Parts: sequence; C-alpha cells; structure tokens
Amino acid sequence: MAEIHAPGLAHHFDSYQQQKEAAFFGMWVFLATEVLFFGGLFCAYLVYRSANPEAFAAGSRELDIVLGAINTAVLIGSSLTMALAVHAAQVGKRKMIAAWMGATILLGGTFLGIKVVEYSHKIHEGHFPGPNFVWHGPEVNVEMFFNVYFLMTGLHALHMIIGIGIMLVLIPLAWKGRFTPESHNYVEGFGLYWHFVDIVWIFLFPLLYLLDVG
Amino acid sequence: MSELANNFGRRLHYLNADYGVKSWLLTRDHKRIALLYLASISLFFALGGLMAVGIRLELATPGADLVQPDTYNRLFTMHGVLMIFLFLIPSIPATLGNFLIPLMIGAKDLAFPKVNLASWYVYNIAGLFTLWAVAQGGVDTGWTFYTPYSTTYSNSYVVATALGVFTVGFSSIMTAVNFIVTIHRMRAPGLTWFRLPLFVWAHYATSLVIILGTPVVAVTILMVAAERILRIGIFDPALGGDPVLFQHLFWFYSHPAVYIMILPSMGVISELITAFTRKRIFGYKFIAFASVSIAVLGFLVWGHHMFLSSQSVYAGAVFSVLSMLVAVPSAIKVFNWTATLYKGSVSWDTPMLYALGFIGLFTIGGLTGVMLATLGIDIHVHDTYFVVAHFHYVMVGGAIMGYLGGLHFWWPKITGRLYPVFWSKFSAIVIFVGFNLTFFPQFLLGYLGMPRRYHVYPADFQVLNVMSSAGATILGVGYLIPLFYFFWSMRYGERADRNPWGAIGLEWMTGSPPPTHNFHEPPTVDWDAYAYLPDTPGGTGEAWDAAKPTSEAPEHG
Repeated sequence: MAEIHAPGLAHHFDSYQQQKEAAFFGMWVFLATEVLFFGGLFCAYLVYRSANPEAFAAGSRELDIVLGAINTAVLIGSSLTMALAVHAAQVGKRKMIAAWMGATILLGGTFLGIKVVEYSHKIHEGHFPGPNFVWHGPEVNVEMFFNVYFLMTGLHALHMIIGIGIMLVLIPLAWKGRFTPESHNYVEGFGLYWHFVDIVWIFLFPLLYLLDVG
Repeated sequence: MSELANNFGRRLHYLNADYGVKSWLLTRDHKRIALLYLASISLFFALGGLMAVGIRLELATPGADLVQPDTYNRLFTMHGVLMIFLFLIPSIPATLGNFLIPLMIGAKDLAFPKVNLASWYVYNIAGLFTLWAVAQGGVDTGWTFYTPYSTTYSNSYVVATALGVFTVGFSSIMTAVNFIVTIHRMRAPGLTWFRLPLFVWAHYATSLVIILGTPVVAVTILMVAAERILRIGIFDPALGGDPVLFQHLFWFYSHPAVYIMILPSMGVISELITAFTRKRIFGYKFIAFASVSIAVLGFLVWGHHMFLSSQSVYAGAVFSVLSMLVAVPSAIKVFNWTATLYKGSVSWDTPMLYALGFIGLFTIGGLTGVMLATLGIDIHVHDTYFVVAHFHYVMVGGAIMGYLGGLHFWWPKITGRLYPVFWSKFSAIVIFVGFNLTFFPQFLLGYLGMPRRYHVYPADFQVLNVMSSAGATILGVGYLIPLFYFFWSMRYGERADRNPWGAIGLEWMTGSPPPTHNFHEPPTVDWDAYAYLPDTPGGTGEAWDAAKPTSEAPEHG
C-alpha cells in the first residue's frame, strides 16, 4: 500500500528535521574517519621528518612556494564559492546553486592543473620516488620527503577529483530543482566535505612547502 | 490487499513482502541486508575453516608430510586474513547488529539504507579481491603483513590481498557510521540512552572503534601497496624507511580490531543472560560504560604487540600497564553477568548454553591476556602457541560463541521458525568440547616453547598436537550441525510466535518475522531495559508482554 510522503523525505524519517540532523551527523562522523585516514600519513610525516630534518628541509626547498601559495588561495576561493552554493540552496535559488558549484569546479580544476604542472616538473627533475630517483646534494634520504610529499598531495588531489565528480552529479539535480530550502542535505553535506578537503591542504601547504623559509 | 496481509491471507512480513532475486539484491531493508551479509560471511567462514583443516592436518605429525613449507605459510596467512577481516569483524555487527539495532530502538530502518546496501556490495568486492588472491596462490606474509617482507621480498599476492583488506575496511566504516547516526538520532520516543539494550551500547562502542581505527589501517595498507608497486622505501630500511613505524600503524588499528570482534559478542551475552535468568541485568550502567571504556582503552595498548620490536623498556612498561587496565572493564562485565545469574530463574535453552560457554572461555582468554601483557612472561612466550591459544580463546571461544548464541536466540525472530531443541543443544556442547580440546593443548605447547607459524615440530610435541587436531575435527562437526538444522528449520521448523523466549525488548513486541517497516504502530517507551521486575505481574517476560499493548496485528497463519 503506497504511503504518501513529503517530497524528499525518506520513509524511515519522521521529519525533515530528523533527516537533516541524521545526514549532517553522518557526514561529520565520516569526516572523523577522514581525519584518521590522513592522520596515518601525518604520523609518518612526523616520524620521518624528525628522523631526517636536513633531508626534509632540502626536499622542501625544491618545491615551488609561489605555485603552492597560489594554489592555497585558489582552494580557499573554492571554499567561498562552495559556501555560496550552500547559501543559494538555503534560500532556494536553484540556478545559483548550479552556478556556484560550477565556479567551485573551475577553481578545483585550476588547483589540479597547477598540481599537474608541479608534479611534471618534479618528475622531470627526477624527484619522483622509486628506482629512478635522483638527488645530487649531500643530504641523505631526501627521497623519503618526496615519498611523503607525493602520497599526501596525491591523496589530497584524489579527494578533490572525487569531489568534482560528486559536483558533476549534483549540478544537474540542482538545475532540475531537486533541492529545496527544506531539503538540500546533499548540497550542504557535500559542502562540509569540500571544506574538509580544503582544510587538509591548509595543513599540507606549510608542512611541505614552508619548512625552510626565513 | 491490506497493509497487514498478503493475497493469501497470510500475515505480511519482510520475507514475503516481495519475491525474486531483484527484491533481495536491491533491497534497502536492514533485515534483508542482514541476511545477505549472513550468506556472504558464512561462505568466508567456511573457506577460512578449510584453511584451518589444512593447518591441523599438517600439524598432526611432526614432519612436513602434507604440504610444502611455502604452502603452509599461505594456509595460515589466508586462514587469518579470511577469518579476521572477512568473518570476525563483520560477523555480529553486519548480521545481528544490522537486523536488530533498528528493531531494538523502535526505528523503521537504519539512518542510511542505501549506504547499508552499498556496504554489502563493497564487502563482496573485497571478498572477490581476496578470493582472487587465494586463486592465484595466496599470500605468505601472515595476516599482519609485516614489512619489509611484505613490501619487498614476499613472492606472493600481497597487493591483491591488501586491496581486499583495504576495501573491506570501507564496508565496516559504512556500517559503523550508520549505527552511530541511527543510535543517536532515531530512537523511539522515551527510549533514553540508559533505557537502551546493552546490545545497542556494545554496538555503539564497536562503531566508535571502527570509525577511529579502520581508516588508519587503510592508509597503512595503501603505503604498503605503494611501496611494493612503486618500489619506494616507506617501510623498507634498505631504502631509508622504518619497519617499526609500520608495526605501530598496523597495531593501532589491529589491536582495537580485537575489540571490534569481542564487544558485539559481549552485547549479545548481556541480552542472553538477562533473558534466560528472568532478571534485570546486574549493574546495567557499569556494563554500558565498560563497553565504552574498552573501546577507549583499546586504542592505548597497541604497543603490547611490539615488546620485542625495538621498543624502549619504558614504552613497554607503559603499554604493559595500560593493557592490564583493559582487564578491569572486562572483569566488570564478567562479574555482572555472574551476579545476574545469582538467584535468577535460569533456563537452559540453547542460547544460554552458548552464553555460559562464552563466560568461561572468555575468562580464560582474558586472563591469559593479562599474562601476555606482563613483560617478563611475554618475552618468554612471544610468538609461541601460547599466543595462538590466547587469541583463539578470545576470538573463537568469545566472539564466535556469542555470534552463535545470538543467532540461536534471534533465529525465531529472523525466520519466524524454531529449530530442533535436541540438535541445537547437542551441537552447542560438541562445539564447547571440541573447542577446548583444540586450543587448550596449545597453551601447553606454547608454554613448552613450540613457536607459531612452523609446519614442523619436535616429536615430543606430537601428543598435544594430535589432541589439538582431533579437537579441531570435533569443532568442525559442531559447526556443521547448525548449518543443517538452520536450513531445515527455514522450511520445516515449527512456527515461532512473537516472543518465543518470553524476553523483554522492543524486537519481541513485533511479529516474527517482523513487517518490512518493523512496527505497525511506532512504539513509545516508558520502561527501563530488561524490566523483569518483581512488581510486574508474575515478574516474567510473558506476563510483562501480555500486559503491554502490542504493535502487532493478530496472526493470520
């Protein structure tokens, strides 16, 4: 027997409020697992940096601070556009949701593009870890810095690619008017994810790029 | 066609609401997903059991008679990987937890039904990776994947297995996020935290361990795979890495993983003890908080796996003391269960046999754990069969006894059928005897110095090893019997009524099997958990049950 439900309210929830609380709480719990996921890498970073301080400083000097700083600004900008998309959902402007998410994708794409430039530069210089790694300086174990660098930034970039993929699904839904001021948990929940990915970079930038400044 | 009955006038429930393969594979009903999980994990339990058969057959004689040394390494590794990652960790949460948590808290479903279904698919993909690794010839690193052997030297299918372990972690995380959100946000009106069944508390604590531990092992395994594929040196000392860092990261998850296996089982035992003594459980809040404190303490003890891994004596001493602290909440539980038995109206139904078995076996497993946490003893018995016996007492004697006890307790609720009393009691006793015969001799072997993970041993050890192999045969028979009568009962078993044990709990107030949305009327709770109180008429579950308004329509057949 078909039951009549409010649009966008799943059968097992009593109210939009309950559904929203569950969705956000679930997102926060998931982000807690993400913190621990990156946490394993931060732990490895900590151990190897304290064991090889000179090598990490030398490796860090090889990174392009200007490109890293530009990317930091780009990513913070994308968090702003994402926040504006969430605001558009709260006030029920469906086209603005799609537009601000489109802007977020552009900025995210810019970040990844700059990352590709940086990566190819490093690979060209022989700084990609593995049997072909080249280092001419006196420091020992600089390769470890690049192990950590590529793993951390690579995993971060993977999170951004997944985020862009999710937005490509959400934008058409937003355009069709799926998200209302009462029910737009996907937009707001995804906003939390995007800000989280942004915050990870806020930690990565100083830890990897700014080790030996000043 | 009404909401309560189908076309044939039969009462409509989650099993007959819809038919066909598609209705199962695309279901979002937590109860059906629980059954899907039950099928999948049973398959991997059987496979892991087959590996154990190989191990025990080889160890029946001192020499290398049956398998090559390399094959033996793969056998015990795959036994560990299959049993831990694909059976024990999901066993109770994904089946009984999935089925019961929404019922116990009066919800229609878990908070995220699609995520729940997705977790089953992710689990099976992980299973396929692992099966693929098995089919290729398996892994020989031990389930612990210690580096640099796993990353550099092992000539087996490490990456495929690692991929399986990595992927199955995500299915655990999906389940755990679902449980935490559901328990926080979807309890029935009036069902406060301290009215929750202890099964729910145990799963809450388990879910905390899963969400905080699993991501760490995932990223660690990712590093192992990166090191092996790209030939970089994260953990390989020859390339500048630190193998001890791997052990820290690995055990940061894999020790708490032990509590992922045992906590849900403890939750089951709390339910069984109170139901079969007709008494409110002794020290409800202590048991609830003991679950949470085991979950918290569990994150602070990983170093006791590394007493001999270049850890400083001071670190070793700290980890030793912290490990012993875990005994406190564990003992609180055991003593409270025992206190509940005191002057209870004990009935010896099959689930109760498992519960009593659990208390005895878990106590032995736990106390030998305290011995192993003692630095001096651990150095003596490190990597011997003493350790093997200890963790089998906890995982098989504890976790699997709880799992089987829970299956027997809630089987009538799950299927609406009863299983044969004689055979179920018989198999519970066979399992208990077979288990002790298998693993008790291993304590002696380990104490005498037989190291684990070897396919040959001095002839002096043969008697005890033959006892162990014989016990394993009995244990295997004990596990097969329920497989037969459970299948038999699904078709021929006597129909169970709503509450065959006269137990108290929301899950017993709805039909057996429950309707798709669990309750016809959303329940409201104004009583404490396990309200088997003297002032309730008769003080029993049946009387309590009759006095309460039910949310169930009359039975039609």
